[in-house]
Amino acid sequence: MIFRNALRHRLRSGLTVLGIVVAVVAFGLLRTVVDAWYAGAEAASKSRLVSRNAISLVFSLPLAYSGKIRQIDGVKAVSYANWFGGVYVTEKNFFPQFAVHAPTYFDLYPEFVVPPAQMRDFQRDRKGALVGRRLADTYGFKVGDTVTLRGTIFPGNWDFVIRGIYDGAEKTTDVSQFFFQWDYLNETMRKIAPRRVNSIGVYVIGLTGADRAAEVAAAVDATFKNSLAETLTETEQAFQLGFVSMTEAIVVAIRIVSYLVIFIIMAVMANTMAMTVRERMTEYATMKALGFGGGHLAVLIFGEAFVISGCGALAGIFLTFPIAEKFGKATGTLFPAFRVHDETIHLQLACAALIAVVAALVPCWRAARIRIVDGLRNIG
Amino acid sequence: MNQSTKPVVEIRNLAKAYRRGDQVVPVLTDINLDIASGDYVALMGPSGSGKSTLLNLIAGIDKPDAGSLRVGGIDIVTLDEADLAAWRARNVGFIFQFYNLMPVLSAFENVELPLLLTDLGARERSEHVTTALEMVGLSDRMEHYPSELSGGQQQRVAIARAIVTDPTILVADEPTGDLDRASAEDILSLIDRLNRELGKTVIMVTHDPHAAAKARSIRQLDKGELAN
Repeated sequence: MIFRNALRHRLRSGLTVLGIVVAVVAFGLLRTVVDAWYAGAEAASKSRLVSRNAISLVFSLPLAYSGKIRQIDGVKAVSYANWFGGVYVTEKNFFPQFAVHAPTYFDLYPEFVVPPAQMRDFQRDRKGALVGRRLADTYGFKVGDTVTLRGTIFPGNWDFVIRGIYDGAEKTTDVSQFFFQWDYLNETMRKIAPRRVNSIGVYVIGLTGADRAAEVAAAVDATFKNSLAETLTETEQAFQLGFVSMTEAIVVAIRIVSYLVIFIIMAVMANTMAMTVRERMTEYATMKALGFGGGHLAVLIFGEAFVISGCGALAGIFLTFPIAEKFGKATGTLFPAFRVHDETIHLQLACAALIAVVAALVPCWRAARIRIVDGLRNIG
Repeated sequence: MNQSTKPVVEIRNLAKAYRRGDQVVPVLTDINLDIASGDYVALMGPSGSGKSTLLNLIAGIDKPDAGSLRVGGIDIVTLDEADLAAWRARNVGFIFQFYNLMPVLSAFENVELPLLLTDLGARERSEHVTTALEMVGLSDRMEHYPSELSGGQQQRVAIARAIVTDPTILVADEPTGDLDRASAEDILSLIDRLNRELGKTVIMVTHDPHAAAKARSIRQLDKGELAN
């Protein structure tokens, strides 16, 4: 009876289901955007620290710090990197580019999986570059291709030869980055801007244990206290979240909109259920006359709401995956990882259940409360 | 009324009034009525005389303001909503003017509906429903939906639904009010047969003197009082 009732007004039910599908997809997509925003922080290791200039990330640190950091108790390995910020063809083609100390950097990032032969080629070639699989797919980069980046922080046109393509060991691994040799950057700068040589953007510090993060971070900062370039050392996750917090307002706005969409469809669904129950008041009164109680009516009304909402939710969840994939591809390498999380699906289901409950609550209460004689009087 | 049998409905000093704002409109005043088991009573009277209200009170779908009302030995005035619903399911068969069938259920499923409140299994329910539908002459229309049946056939389904639980009383509110003369005659004959052959106690509200003539006794209501 529940299913048949749900199909009684096919157009109305169909449009309501369609509305729920759109809402669930929109909710899922917006949630995925928010998740993608935090993907960098999520993928960050707890056993890595990032040390930067205490004043700002814009200011660099001396190369000489490398040896001193390595001597601190609890430090397993040290590497360093510089944000390059180059432009590939046009400004629209944004992707992260880092000049990294090739011999040490990838030992600290086991999640970047590179075929050994490609890694050897990259290490040997001063102008070599390693690119993530997603980046390679987006721009059609292949091993052996020459890529030119126009420097913005470091002036000039910079030619690189793709020597390897890395994959992610985890789903959350950022496979949209472009790495090249810090030595190439440093040697070039020695020629064109000698004052900027041996400058480091960030030190990446590998720990002997994740539990020593706070202790080692404090030790690093203490080591360079009162120097010309004091350090600010934090976990990689905190470092990444620092970037996210700069755009926190946007994330909050997206979150609000995602719930607003659910709220709107809740109102639409509530209207559908209110109309439905109003039309069937005589039937409910008849059922009550026959001996059915308020509980039976509640099962019918809530059941119908759950059927409509459930159909919309399932179709919406099913559609979220291909739409998110297309959306992820359309945004290129803007997000390091764009995938629908399990939590998003759970939230979509929870929202659908909430829509059903809220929509059915008042009509159910009215149906349960109506006096039989009043309900029967609705006829004729 | 057959005086030799014990009354199945005993009404004493029953009163009911409706409120319209501050105004109290009396609908039934000091009603005293006995209906014997197996009787067939027609309640007649002009519009607003209170006959439908009296029927609703006897059927337990409305509550009086005063007086006592015993049906089958139970004072239904004292029952709470849940007990009253359970009592109706066991003891009252309803026949409405507009049939009040569930449009999404077939004739079979409509008749089965009240049996869902019993402990009967699917097979027993099916047997009961088939018997009831055969009794009203619709064994060949079991899978039809109300929209596929004529008015007379729909009312037959409603009668099958009313008798399927073997209730103590059958209450019918203008059962022929929405039917053409031929269909009305069929329905009245069917109700008459249920009374005579199965011994069902029937209480029927009607405006139609021809329908009332089928009953064994006619009680007139006027301005909320029993006239005879």
